[in-house]
Amino acid sequence: MNPDIVWLTVFVLSVFVGIEVISKVSSTLHTPLMSGANAIHGVILLGAILVTGSTDNTLALLVGLVAIVLAAVNMVGGFVVTDRMLQMFVRKKPAKQAPTDGGAA
Amino acid sequence: MPVWVQLVYLACAICFILALKGLSGPKTARTGNLIGAGAAVVACAVPFLYRSNAGAHLDHVPLILVAIVIGSAGGVVGAQRVQMTQMPQMVALFNGVGGGAAALVALLELHERGDGFGWFALTATAFTIVVGSVSFAGSVITFAKLQDLMTSRPVVFPGLPVAFAGALLAAVVLSVLEVRDASMWVGILLGLVGLLIGVLLVLPVGGADVPIVISLLNAFTGLTVAAGGYVLGNTVLLVAGTLVGASGTFLTLLMAGAMGRSVPNILFGALKGGSTLGAGVASDRPVRSAGAEDVAILLGYADRVIIVPGYGLAVAQAQHTLRELVDVLIARGTKVDYAIHPVAGRMPGHMNVLLAEAQVPYEQLIEMDEINGEFKHTDVVLVVGANDVVNPAARTTPSAPIYGMPILNADEAKQVVFMKRSMRPGFAGIDNELLFDPKTTLFFGDAKDSLGKLLNAVKAL
Repeated sequence: MNPDIVWLTVFVLSVFVGIEVISKVSSTLHTPLMSGANAIHGVILLGAILVTGSTDNTLALLVGLVAIVLAAVNMVGGFVVTDRMLQMFVRKKPAKQAPTDGGAA
Repeated sequence: MPVWVQLVYLACAICFILALKGLSGPKTARTGNLIGAGAAVVACAVPFLYRSNAGAHLDHVPLILVAIVIGSAGGVVGAQRVQMTQMPQMVALFNGVGGGAAALVALLELHERGDGFGWFALTATAFTIVVGSVSFAGSVITFAKLQDLMTSRPVVFPGLPVAFAGALLAAVVLSVLEVRDASMWVGILLGLVGLLIGVLLVLPVGGADVPIVISLLNAFTGLTVAAGGYVLGNTVLLVAGTLVGASGTFLTLLMAGAMGRSVPNILFGALKGGSTLGAGVASDRPVRSAGAEDVAILLGYADRVIIVPGYGLAVAQAQHTLRELVDVLIARGTKVDYAIHPVAGRMPGHMNVLLAEAQVPYEQLIEMDEINGEFKHTDVVLVVGANDVVNPAARTTPSAPIYGMPILNADEAKQVVFMKRSMRPGFAGIDNELLFDPKTTLFFGDAKDSLGKLLNAVKAL
């Protein structure tokens, strides 16, 4: 099988999976989902590492290191900020009993 | 590439699918995010292990590690320090640097191995360079718009459509040249043209629509990462990038739908004239305003109150005071809920995050479709720092930029109280008829101050 066709197959199937897995998201989660997806494409860090690690040209090395810094900001910052947003959704569960009871009393 | 590396990449790709799946449900969202983070870390660790196992060369390891540490530290500090209200621009910035990184990676690939590429790989390289640069420059402009470093109003100048079309044409021509002889200089020019396209694409977009553009640029970056994955022959990049590209595009359409807008209209509406351009000046028509005591009496003796929170509440950091006020009203026997418009705040779901931060119980946050029928039976609607989401012009005035956006039916309630800083129109820049309605009372002042006074006045009843 032509390797390019294999790549194309993976690409097309991923498009359908990407749409399918998020098709039922509620609008409440749009912001964290966008932020989480944003962090996932930070995996370009892997690409940046591979390219930088295989060059022997000084200028290319510098550009590669800049790419690594940028990609790491995207990936690490993205996951941390998404987690911070989602913490807000989780933390209220223990807290939700208290104010409701207090309010009714 | 050894089989174990390919299997690890496959496992990471599956984890990214599970991460997105998890992120789309409230109970599983946090786990989903952690799965995604874990998979990303494992994927990035592979080249370091692969080197010692199979002898494939990875040079400059110490420098690479230093760069990773610097980038990660920057990311963590930014993510920890950012205020919840500034979340949208933070996401824009993270997305932009990701796009920039993808463009640089493609340029380097072109430099290192470009001569051996076939036409398809060169096309993918050109695509990554252009779209990655578009994403970078576009995100920087969205960041500047949301951070008030520049005007959030649409910026249009006479030659803009021509310049935009010219830049697109230049990108196509340069890409063709690139595919013909894999020149490094053409690659750099492609990057510069991409930056120009990114700036020209986002300048004409109005502040209220910027979140949609962030989501769109996010999808763009996903696709560039996918194309970069093809160029590098790396499955995990291809799958992760494609997943984000596809789900990001779909999410963009969902968000635009929640605002009653179409994506082409958001991007190019201002070019056609008028669509996202509003008045932007305060009206001097007469309104009825009142002080804290009057509003306290309205609220204190109502049976049913609905709060409509908006971005102004978040800017004033008043969500905690608001929650206290609601707790006091509930203790007095009033039934109080928050009506959450899908695009309240600056991004879909933003308001839920902000109120959750103030520990407002989840069950008091009612989404628009569920609560819209209840306004008819409501004594007082308290609108705090919101405007466009209750503007009846969305139903009645076809020329209004927000026409067609679903709104909260606050105008059906018996009384409406607006807490506002001034008569300045909302984000969309248009007048709100509801402000001039006889049943409407305005309570001017900074949301936090006013809510504090109101809280004391209600307690004193």
